[in-house]
Amino acid sequence: MKSKGYKKYLKKIRQNKILVIFSQIFILLFLIILWQKLVDNNIINSFISSSPKNVVKTIIDLYLHNNLIHHILVTIYETFISFSLGTILGILIAIFLWYNPFIAKVIDPYLTIFNSLPKVSLGPILIIWVGANTKSIIVMSLLISLIITIITVYNGFIATDKNKIKLLKSFQANKFQILRYLIIPSNYPTIISSLKINVSMSLIGVIMGELLVSKEGIGYLIMYGSQVFNLDLVITGIIILMIVSYLMYLLINYIEKILIKTY
Amino acid sequence: MNKKILEIKNLSKTYYTKEKEILAIDNISFPLEEESITAIIGPSGCGKSTLLNIIGSLENKTNGEIIFNKKTPRIGYMFQNDCLFPWLNVLDNCLIGLKIKKELTKEKKEKVISLLKNYGLKDFIYSYPTNLSGGMKQRVALIRTLATNPDILLLDEPFSALDFETRLRVSDDVYKIIKKEKKTTIIITHDIEEAIAFSEQVIVLSKRPAKIKKIYDIKLNDTFGPIQNRMAKNFQQYYQKIWEVFDHEV
Repeated sequence: MKSKGYKKYLKKIRQNKILVIFSQIFILLFLIILWQKLVDNNIINSFISSSPKNVVKTIIDLYLHNNLIHHILVTIYETFISFSLGTILGILIAIFLWYNPFIAKVIDPYLTIFNSLPKVSLGPILIIWVGANTKSIIVMSLLISLIITIITVYNGFIATDKNKIKLLKSFQANKFQILRYLIIPSNYPTIISSLKINVSMSLIGVIMGELLVSKEGIGYLIMYGSQVFNLDLVITGIIILMIVSYLMYLLINYIEKILIKTY
Repeated sequence: MNKKILEIKNLSKTYYTKEKEILAIDNISFPLEEESITAIIGPSGCGKSTLLNIIGSLENKTNGEIIFNKKTPRIGYMFQNDCLFPWLNVLDNCLIGLKIKKELTKEKKEKVISLLKNYGLKDFIYSYPTNLSGGMKQRVALIRTLATNPDILLLDEPFSALDFETRLRVSDDVYKIIKKEKKTTIIITHDIEEAIAFSEQVIVLSKRPAKIKKIYDIKLNDTFGPIQNRMAKNFQQYYQKIWEVFDHEV
């Protein structure tokens, strides 16, 4: 039996949750309606700022005549490829550096320089070296996610509890066993949080790449829209991007929950 | 008189840092009898842990000899921090040493399970360390060490992370387990009372560089286990003697 006070407490929590969701939806609706009203009353110019109605119209138009789904899938595909490559390579390189402290020390300033360099500046070189195609988009995205993965995961590795390493050494563990039984499992949370960062990093990289070179994808829609001064298309592209990135975030959160449960 | 399991002769250790050389251990010699418990005490930073690490071959010695009575002695360590892996359950934590040594067999696993059952962890075999009390964790840590069937146990301030009362009870538990499993043990502590209550031989080290100041054989009257030992009549006499030679930090 739940006591009266406990029921009241649960009810309060539930009410609070509903209130939060309600407020979130309210803000969204408010902004959309405000935007539409401002356009309707000619306070802002729909040619420059588009409008919710135009956005919906553009989405339907893109869907019917311009293969919208294809553009979205291209962006998701490119993000997925560079995310997977960035994560796997990043973890492997971090393991390699952990195995070879000398190389880690030598390479440290280079990693730092490369990490602080705005990767978009490499765009023009990439186009020339790799070509104006999907490959250079993935390379661009990889550049952005890979370095940060290496640094995050490697730092997690070297911050592993020294006492636990000593314990395994007292069992005469070799370096590979320390890696397998301690370093990797204890850095599980680090790796997962780097996955989370990586999803958004990869998406940033892909859009950057698409803005530079592509003929398809959401980034291309935005770029094309701006070139022909079709602001409806630009803003629609941005809104689709918001939705896509939010869904990716939800997905990775969901995966995290499953993984952490078995942890 | 029992057989000697280990003899340490003229052991020295010098550390090198960028600024200077530091003599940490200066010419230490002592024997260790089978199935005995020896406590090593000294002020903090005197080199007690270094001594233990050298015996456990986690660090190299600079000079001297460590002579075991067998060729490849098996050494079990227990630390101040329980070092349990939070992602493994209690049983898997206890099996980690066997896994690393590639000696995990069905019989050995059964033995570990029976150890856990015998020492009050029956209901926690498949629990995770976060659900255990500090005392239970230390018991698990000891069983993890015992699982590899070591010839000699090295305890590096195993109770100092626990509050006073837990510490008494855990040290009593650990003592009884060690005695029952007949393990030769070296325990390091900076607590004089703990040293007297836990061991049959107390080695008092000086401040750095660590030298042996004195070795006491502890013979308490008719008591068993650290808690009872503290109530023995001659406990205070030993305390007084050791207190006088101990290098106190100010």
